[in-house]
Amino acid sequence: MSKGQTPSQTVGPFFAYGLTPQQYGYPLAGITSSDLRTPEIAGELIRIEGRVFDGKGDVVGDAMIEIWQADPQGRYAHPADSRGGNVAFPNIAFRGFGRCGTGTDAENRFVFETLKPGAVDDDQAPHVNVIVFMRGLLSHLYTRIYFADEAANAGDPVLQSVPAERRDTLIAAADDSSGVVVYRFDIHMQGDKETVFFDV
Amino acid sequence: MTFTPRDWRAHPPVIAPGYKSTRLRGATKPLIPIRQSLSELTGPVFGHDCLGPLDNDLTKNGRKEGEPLGERILVAGKVVDEAGRPQPNMLVEIWQANAAGRYVHKTDRHDAPLDPNFFGGGRCVSDDEGFYRFYSVKPGAYPWGNHENAWRPNHIHFSLFGPSIATRLVTQMYFPGDPLLALDPIFLATPEPARDRLVCAFDLSLTEADFALGYRFDIVLRGTLATPMEDKR
Ligand SMILES: [Fe+3]
Repeated sequence: MSKGQTPSQTVGPFFAYGLTPQQYGYPLAGITSSDLRTPEIAGELIRIEGRVFDGKGDVVGDAMIEIWQADPQGRYAHPADSRGGNVAFPNIAFRGFGRCGTGTDAENRFVFETLKPGAVDDDQAPHVNVIVFMRGLLSHLYTRIYFADEAANAGDPVLQSVPAERRDTLIAAADDSSGVVVYRFDIHMQGDKETVFFDV
Repeated sequence: MTFTPRDWRAHPPVIAPGYKSTRLRGATKPLIPIRQSLSELTGPVFGHDCLGPLDNDLTKNGRKEGEPLGERILVAGKVVDEAGRPQPNMLVEIWQANAAGRYVHKTDRHDAPLDPNFFGGGRCVSDDEGFYRFYSVKPGAYPWGNHENAWRPNHIHFSLFGPSIATRLVTQMYFPGDPLLALDPIFLATPEPARDRLVCAFDLSLTEADFALGYRFDIVLRGTLATPMEDKR
């Protein structure tokens, strides 16, 4: 076998029993879920939900969405984030990672119960990192969710690097009409509203 | 430190017309470059604590009344980065069809038989030298709707995180000598020079006598560049 990066391949249509078994009702313990909340962490509870649309505008029912985010204090549960004089994992209780398939919700939504991330103590506005997988997607794609109610968006270097007319695709607006703060973030693979994807 | 870029000479494009579903599902606009920040330099950490005792043995973790059918195999290899540095303590998740080419998945409509003793999902964590190991049965080929008489080659799906979200990898491992490889639009969407990286090697030294055939599949994740991040503390 030659050296060099192992190529990506599609997750295919049948990932659920391996990667999201609990969500889909298969008899294998999950390593993660779509609920990131932990009782120890103080912060604003939010729900992130959305749908994935293909180039015809049809809803994708076999996508898998992963999110990776900082805790409400803006820290990642990872050894590379050792800010505040702590050793590794300053916030290990809040893992900051979630995974959700779009095949179990009646409207094919992905739904994450989480806490609103804080700013990561640099020039970036609070955001959630998103990875998109699905049948028909040979290499996964990265995007980000920003929050419409954050003033810091105006100075965020990543948002500013995106053409102004496409920035809206990265910004989720809050809806608290149900009693829970819901940020809706739809992902459009193609078309006029094609979501901005990053070359991470 | 930053991670080396995704090497698009190795990864398939998001639209590959031979693989029909990509036409409406692949992004059409160019990816926007992003400076790697703490958001990209970190990622979820999974250790041995997330594993069940049979998680890496697919010949046992779905048993109900006996052994699963099929040719027993052992799939093992090393997780390394592009510089060849071992990647220890990395979660590896796999899923696959049974020996007849049928997935446990509820929406798999292929009429090949389910095996009551085979589930097809598992995971393990690489050891201190980056080695991982699974026991399973060789997955069968199965038909799919991409084109007339389309069949997927035998394959095992793999998912890895590596040290950060930048190194995330979902891929498929194929078997040497499979005649379906030359006909498979998913395999063929991979740039030609990198295709052989997706094919495991039969390895007699891994083979366990009287038990299972051994296949070696090394996985190369993105490496690191020593360049310090600008404007960072
Ligand atoms: Fe498959």
